Amino acid sequence: MQSIDLPLESSPVGAGGYAAGEGRGELAHVMPARVLVAVFAALILLTILTVAAARFDLGPANLTVALGIATVKATLVALYFMHLRYDSPFNALVFVTALVFLALFLSLTMLDAVQYQPDIRSYETAPDSGFLAH
Amino acid sequence: MISHAEPLGWHPPHLAHHFDTPRQQFAAGKLGMWIFLLTEVLFFGGLFCAYAVYRANHPEIFIYAHQFLDKPLGAINTAVLILSSLTMAWAVRCAQLSQRRGLVLCLALTLACAAVFLGIKYVEYDRKWEEGLKWAGSYAPRQVREPIPPRDPSLPAFPPDHGHGSEPRNVGIFFSIYFAMTGLHAVHILGGMGVIAWILRRAVRGDFSADYFNPVDYTALYWHLVDMIWIYLFPLLYLIH
Repeated sequence: MQSIDLPLESSPVGAGGYAAGEGRGELAHVMPARVLVAVFAALILLTILTVAAARFDLGPANLTVALGIATVKATLVALYFMHLRYDSPFNALVFVTALVFLALFLSLTMLDAVQYQPDIRSYETAPDSGFLAH
Repeated sequence: MISHAEPLGWHPPHLAHHFDTPRQQFAAGKLGMWIFLLTEVLFFGGLFCAYAVYRANHPEIFIYAHQFLDKPLGAINTAVLILSSLTMAWAVRCAQLSQRRGLVLCLALTLACAAVFLGIKYVEYDRKWEEGLKWAGSYAPRQVREPIPPRDPSLPAFPPDHGHGSEPRNVGIFFSIYFAMTGLHAVHILGGMGVIAWILRRAVRGDFSADYFNPVDYTALYWHLVDMIWIYLFPLLYLIH
């Protein structure tokens, strides 16, 4: 007879401590099926595009194009498959924080990484280093 | 309507006592999952960093060695993983709509895609093994390919007296990076399969509905991150120009 929803609706803040309507209903945004299919189609098309782009010699731009397409794909996955677009912005902030620290990690390392190459080369080419015997 | 008020202490069956509302419980679990994903990004970040440093210093090795990777298989695997992300996202949708059969089907399809991915990965690893294309130290190629001349003429050509025949030196390090990155990724696929199998068992049992689908959602977040990492691995390892 009585729906189990009723107790929740009857009290603004129930004895259990939660407000009306919070016990049931949507916990999160439900992604429409056509959005899921559209995102999937876009991801497949971008995969074909990145394979096709690798066939052309674009100079150093090849890497930029490949990473650019990958980033568009990753953004689609994050926004729609992972619901970030409809989610609490705090979760997006956590994810962006990860990317910021990743960028910091990579860029600071890269600043230093090339510094030692002249030393390594001179060591490699030194006749008595034993390196050439490899 | 006070007569219908819940008895003192009543709460929805899936609401843990330390949360006020199911919504709060869901949001807290999700935030926890995102923080875990943050550590995963940085975990893989170490390998991406190794890749970046080595490629910046020795582009010739990457240009030479990527020829040995199977582009069609890599592309098929990318599509398989993207398909598994779709079925996983659809599983969350089914759970949110209390569609039990749809949820079970989507989870089973996701598991199947993951198995296909690992199967293809096995074929690739097996061929590398057969051809002697192993990590630095064990690298002993059966066949040496023609080195690709450097695109930038200012770069030094490969020293002919190094490495295996006309190969650039230290090609094995490319395969160290390849096996470490794809291997760690494959371990994540395996782990994800374990969790999805557990979720599938619970879905069959009827644990999930519009009121409670939290574990499905958190597992999906992890699965999409694993997909996302492969989205970067594929062009970085297979599509070098």
